[in-house]
Amino acid sequence: MALRASSLSVGVSHGAVVVDNLSRTQIVQYAGASGDYNPLHTDEVFATQVAGYPSVFAHGMLTMGMTGKMLTDYVGDGRLTNFGGRFTSQVWPGDTLTATATVTAIREANGVSVADFDVVTVNQNGIAVFQGTATARLD
Amino acid sequence: MTAAQFPIEAGHVMTFARAIGDFNPVYHDADQASTSEVGAIIAPPTFVQASAQYDPDYPLRPQPGVAWFGSGATPSGRVPDAEPAATTQESGSEKSGGTGLHAEQHYEYHRPVRAGEVLTLTVRPGKAWEKQGRRGGLLQFRETIIEYRGENGELAVTARGVGVRTAQTVRD
Repeated sequence: MALRASSLSVGVSHGAVVVDNLSRTQIVQYAGASGDYNPLHTDEVFATQVAGYPSVFAHGMLTMGMTGKMLTDYVGDGRLTNFGGRFTSQVWPGDTLTATATVTAIREANGVSVADFDVVTVNQNGIAVFQGTATARLD
Repeated sequence: MTAAQFPIEAGHVMTFARAIGDFNPVYHDADQASTSEVGAIIAPPTFVQASAQYDPDYPLRPQPGVAWFGSGATPSGRVPDAEPAATTQESGSEKSGGTGLHAEQHYEYHRPVRAGEVLTLTVRPGKAWEKQGRRGGLLQFRETIIEYRGENGELAVTARGVGVRTAQTVRD
């Protein structure tokens, strides 16, 4: 399940579509599960008429959570030691997001092999919506 | 204010994993999870964010007896002709149209978080800074660090979040 140091090299990347045609319902699902009921994400009337946005938009943490799925599918369950980044553009209903991790280093840390990754999630127009890094323990 | 304790419940982990589109059995199937490396249902990497559910005063959840700032009888939820509500929300829109948004999130994982355990939170403020934004006017950034510890006081996750408050609505 987990990655082997011997099978990785710097520059290798892995990508996955983490959502296809994001629905308002999935954003509502995330609001309910996370507890973040900010109406900017779930209330089209408020988002458009009061806040002045073209529609509701996804929680940044929904994008990060979906990006995390790509990572854990790639590096294995419970293998991440670090994961972080910036929300660089908004994610709207209807967006399709592709998350990609690229190996930037393979090294030893506290006696175990780890890989560092650049992580980027882009929308269907190629615009980065999340940009960050991750580190995972290897076999 | 933040939750003092965060019980990691299996049903909560399952619904959170569904919401991020992750149907990995390690997040919902105890039998399959028992054969995994960790040997139990674990939480997805961003799950600790859902500790907001246990914050008694979380401003982004409607509270009994407190006016909500989403739409109801009016688009802003406020009673027509009433004075604007105090603009003390952590996020959401103010009268000015300014918005509080999540700018960055960083996690350090010291060990997996397992269903059935109870994490204890400690919160401390981090740095604060300002920047002139390209799209949203003056941007005010504020960092918050939350440590999630297990039942023996050991660190499970360190979370560093950065919130940004913009002077006007952000558009792409």
